[in-house]
Amino acid sequence: MGNDPSYTNQKFKVIGSRVKRPDGIDKVTGRAKYGADHNAPGQLVGLFLRSPHAHARIKKISTARAEKLSGVKAIITCDDLPDLTNGDTEARDILENCMARGRALYDGHAIAAVAAIDEKTAKKALQLIKVTYEALPHVTDVDDALKPDAPVLHDYIYTTGVEPKPKTPSNLCNVSEFGHGDIEAGFAEADVIVEKSYKTEQVHQGYIEPHACVASVSPDGTGELWVTTQGHFSFRSVCANLLGMDVAKLKVTASEIGGGFGGKTHVWTEPVALALSRKANRPVKVVMTREEVFRASGPASSTSIDVKIGAKNDGTITAAFAALRYQGGAFPGIWAMLGAMTSFACYNLANVKALGYDVVVNRPKVAAYRAPSAPMAAFAVESTMDLLAKKLRMKPLDFRIKNAAKEGTRASYGPVYGPIGIGPTLEAVKKHPHMRARLKKNQGRGMACGFWFNFGGQTCTDLNIATDGSVTLTVGTIDVGGSRASLSLIAAEELGIPYEQVRAHIGDTGSLGHNDMTDGSRGTFSSGMATIFAARQAVEVMRARAATMWDIPVEDVVWESGQAKATGKKHRKLKALSLADIAAASPNTGGPIAGHNESVPDNAGVSFASHICDVEVDPETGATRVIRYTVIQDAGKAIHPTYVEGQFQGGAAQGIGWALNEEYIYGDDGRLQNPGFLDYRIPVCSDLPFIDTQILEIPNPHHPYGVRGVGETSIVPPLAAIGNALSNAMGVRMDHVPMSPPRILKALAQLDG
Amino acid sequence: MAAHLVSTTINGDAVEFACPADESLLSALRNRLGLSGAKEGCGTGDCGACSVTLDGRLVCSCLVLGVEANGRKITTIEGMAENGVLHPLQENFIEYAALQCGICTPGFLIAAKVLLERNPNPTETEIRYALAGNLCRCTGYDKIVRAVQASARELRQIEKRKGRKKKGKKS
Ligand code: FES
Ligand code: FES
Repeated sequence: MGNDPSYTNQKFKVIGSRVKRPDGIDKVTGRAKYGADHNAPGQLVGLFLRSPHAHARIKKISTARAEKLSGVKAIITCDDLPDLTNGDTEARDILENCMARGRALYDGHAIAAVAAIDEKTAKKALQLIKVTYEALPHVTDVDDALKPDAPVLHDYIYTTGVEPKPKTPSNLCNVSEFGHGDIEAGFAEADVIVEKSYKTEQVHQGYIEPHACVASVSPDGTGELWVTTQGHFSFRSVCANLLGMDVAKLKVTASEIGGGFGGKTHVWTEPVALALSRKANRPVKVVMTREEVFRASGPASSTSIDVKIGAKNDGTITAAFAALRYQGGAFPGIWAMLGAMTSFACYNLANVKALGYDVVVNRPKVAAYRAPSAPMAAFAVESTMDLLAKKLRMKPLDFRIKNAAKEGTRASYGPVYGPIGIGPTLEAVKKHPHMRARLKKNQGRGMACGFWFNFGGQTCTDLNIATDGSVTLTVGTIDVGGSRASLSLIAAEELGIPYEQVRAHIGDTGSLGHNDMTDGSRGTFSSGMATIFAARQAVEVMRARAATMWDIPVEDVVWESGQAKATGKKHRKLKALSLADIAAASPNTGGPIAGHNESVPDNAGVSFASHICDVEVDPETGATRVIRYTVIQDAGKAIHPTYVEGQFQGGAAQGIGWALNEEYIYGDDGRLQNPGFLDYRIPVCSDLPFIDTQILEIPNPHHPYGVRGVGETSIVPPLAAIGNALSNAMGVRMDHVPMSPPRILKALAQLDG
Repeated sequence: MAAHLVSTTINGDAVEFACPADESLLSALRNRLGLSGAKEGCGTGDCGACSVTLDGRLVCSCLVLGVEANGRKITTIEGMAENGVLHPLQENFIEYAALQCGICTPGFLIAAKVLLERNPNPTETEIRYALAGNLCRCTGYDKIVRAVQASARELRQIEKRKGRKKKGKKS
């Protein structure tokens, strides 16, 4: 394995220690300000009118009566949002998703919005808006949407990625293909082949904080937006573009964020809130209800996947194939493509092919959800892996070890892997006591693997040293779960000062250059990298200042353990200068001391995980309990191990909910039937056991400390791990997620029958 | 609808506010009194982010009317630390990383405090069921349960010490 000793042997002073986070006190005392906790003077309340139809033509919107209601200050329809997107189809889709343009494409699609002096007045105004709809046939199921007689959502979508180019529009946006080798030849070589189809239902990220913002546009065209977001710089560009504002004239401040998991990477109400404010000439606050969050933000795809894998009797896989159909909601996405890319990434395969079919249906526009698209693909592939192992009379774990990707393996999605952690996580599974624990009646054990790419992306970071030697670190990535602590640790490590001396902040869009979204597990990876380089730049400045203070050449100054030291015999008498000494003198040696970094740190380092899970099924009710769960994942280098564990546990819990309970249920009328936490049930405390974690550290050679992104991979294996455990407990294969009590009872009945 | 005058006690302070009969206590706390520590995650009693106590009883403030506070005692997360000293639960939530995004934290802290007042030595299962009305999407609850267990241990020790002191005084 590529355990490069030059990284693992690195000695750290504070990296890897479990310090307290700087925002902790505010968050346990109720002081922290989230999206809905901010108010602006004279602010109005903004509310949305939403489509009750899954698919309809909007013939007329009459706002006259609502406008006359006292206290109503602005009403917006698509007429107030002219299309300025100039051929940018992605931007056009965002615009139409934020506010319907002549047609409603899903239950919950925004039709109009009102700003009024209070909530009561705004609600009344919504009731006074008259919309004349002509209902159209709809389709919400991904397979139905591909049938020849399916209602076609967009007359401009002609499937791309196929030859010849189709002559008629359809709901199939794009077909993407990944892989290498010759699968036909590979399957011909196989002694055993397993082929199976799977379905997974739509789920929501389920962040507890609904979307919320306060928008304020001045008559001079400048504006401010306070918002809960995973990327305030991206929100700024998107909103400014849609509204025809100069990007630099819109200042976006990110609130504390109450969970995002990918769902807060997209704008939903924000451009409309700005438009309302512009029209009303007053600040407007918009807070989504939970029902709106379910109906009209961006859940993950529902899918339908076929997998075929062949192997020789010795367990070597000879060929693997998958066809993955993902719905992206009412607008084209890249979700099937991501599914196809990740599907076979864990294995070393000579012949592999994955086809991704991106499909549109009458559901809300899909957004990223933690390792987007990978869990469904992993469910299908990892279930098939277990089936195949069984046919080969091999242990599923040994079968995976035999075929695991390693350094030098050509990934099914293209690149050749450097040092990676799939092999080590599998070996760790083998050694784990969990694998030897006894199981009782109606219990079963399963395991599964998962992969995620991780992203780097554009990053800009500032580090300023005050004259008292304390350090302000300003980053442009959002802190979704403790990254301010991790980044402060990094700054302290580089500067050789105590962690407590560093204070990390999230800068608004006026204080830093562009930073990409905090997604792709990039927060601690890329801002961390930028922090390292910003700190090193500040160290260079301090060396120069020390040289000035001593009046010696800068080449004679080195930086060691937070101090400038003069080298060479002739400087023997010069006493080392601490960071604080140099900072104190800075007003007279050239002014403030700072370090900056602007970069695009790529190579966030792919990450792999293997999960082990024990379940117990109640054959009477079909209810499943997870009784033991273990996450083993490669973190590269854990900056703050407690938070890394937290990411592992949180992702696993979300995966468990997805596997067993969570699903969007649509009626025949195409309307969402369970837009609330009562009927869309996410795991509660009493549903789960403690979730054991094991952090492996196979350093990422592209990061100075070896760090890899850690936030997402943990949601990838649970669907399959639970599916495999359930199948072992029941003796019947579950192929439809969620594996909810009704589906389990049905499967058990078929077994009896 | 005419507003009603409500006289109540919040975190030990006498407070008066006016609100319409159909307004929730959560809304009154957040929008009239500037106490935004209680959060609205659902508005339907399903997430517990809005948890407060009403005469010592744990309630979802989104399901209580503002006018119901009249003549009663309310505590919110803002009243949990006393004189700037964090409650052991607050300390341990930070120490054990029982929060990631933190939006659920005020609700969990209130619910956990009520639990430990009633049951100073709860089992893991008792903790899990007592907190089942609070949703957390970030942590998988693992570190929350551990933080509550640690706090229970600490609080029992504090009580023991207090008991010993009392005994010492008597003899
Ligand atoms: S907001 Fe009250 S329970 Fe969710
Ligand atoms: S910490 Fe984010 S919901 Fe609990």
